[in-house]
Amino acid sequence: MDITEFDHHSPIPGTTVFDGRMAMKGYALNKMCYSFNGAEAREEYLADPEAYMEKFGLNDEQKQACRDKNVLALIAAGGNIYYLAKFAGIYRLDVQDIGAQQTGMTKEDFKEKLRKAGD
Amino acid sequence: MAKILGGLTTSHIPAVGNAIHNGLFDDPYWKPFFDGYPPIRDWLDEHKPDLAINIYNDHGLGFFLDKMPTFAIGAAHEYRNEDEGWGIPQLPPFPGAPEVSWHIIESMVEQEFDITSCQELAVDHGFVVPMQLFWPGAPGNSDMPRSIPISANTVQHPIPTLKRALDFGKALRRAIESYPEDLKVVVLGTGGLSHQLDGERAGFINKEFDQYCMEKIVDDPEALTKISRMELVEKAGAQGTEFLMWMMMRGALGDKVVRRHSNYHIPISNTGAGTMLLECVE
Repeated sequence: MDITEFDHHSPIPGTTVFDGRMAMKGYALNKMCYSFNGAEAREEYLADPEAYMEKFGLNDEQKQACRDKNVLALIAAGGNIYYLAKFAGIYRLDVQDIGAQQTGMTKEDFKEKLRKAGD
Repeated sequence: MAKILGGLTTSHIPAVGNAIHNGLFDDPYWKPFFDGYPPIRDWLDEHKPDLAINIYNDHGLGFFLDKMPTFAIGAAHEYRNEDEGWGIPQLPPFPGAPEVSWHIIESMVEQEFDITSCQELAVDHGFVVPMQLFWPGAPGNSDMPRSIPISANTVQHPIPTLKRALDFGKALRRAIESYPEDLKVVVLGTGGLSHQLDGERAGFINKEFDQYCMEKIVDDPEALTKISRMELVEKAGAQGTEFLMWMMMRGALGDKVVRRHSNYHIPISNTGAGTMLLECVE
């Protein structure tokens, strides 16, 4: 069966609906990110990211997205934002940092965009 | 008999926890947000509830994708906030009420809500931040009631429908009201309002939709059940689906409520932040 048969959702621009299809695709990546709840895991990853990614069985696409710290690529590879937030936390990136990265804006411009939503 | 006094809603953004930790209450960025809480604290001071049902969504601390409960109810003696990945300060445990938890669990399953019971549950910012906002110093605040966490899945689709969330709340009301001992209960609906953290649409906030939801939830929550889940993602943002917690809370308050207080502010972090106090009418 083609895996895309699980995609029941009509497209929303700029939005990935994290459903069963994405959950299957990103399982190893998300499991690694879930482990980052623990401080020891975070230290182990930083000491040797390649070995740590191998331990969780990440595929090449997922590994490259981690090396690049590229959030859109991490999402495309099946990453779920709630778990990816823990990956971002390792590098002290907050939700405005990753918002700016995904939208191709500076952090200041991204924060201004958020502020303007209140006007 | 146990009695529900009212419902409290609040956003539960992690940055709020940091702002509390750093005492930024009068900071120009934070003041319009924190100013939304003293009227609710005054009401809590006056009524002194014995129990807080804290409806939140786990963000990848208590549950992973290996087993993802749609509705989970805490049944522990105490709940700890553990490290979520960024090394936030650890707090002493929040006392639970397991005898009430098991009564609720029995009643919910009797009413055909097949929930997951949790004798251990690490609670994240979704649970902790609201407790700190309503009971400053929590868990060290002597007025802080015991609490029961209820978590609904918004991490992975399929998430519950808005109708199911409201119906869950209605069943929860029957469960609480059938508890034989005298208990004053408040129900917290936490999370939201509109925000999206992921994708090219990151930073999406929808003031008009948030205000529509805050208006309708008071007197006409049934109207909100007409919103489909994909429509909720589209209009509230991918993480704005946390509004389901507000629907669960509202269901537990009965048909008629009085809005005692309301505050809305944009932005806090990436989010439209909504705060409300809804009092139950006899």
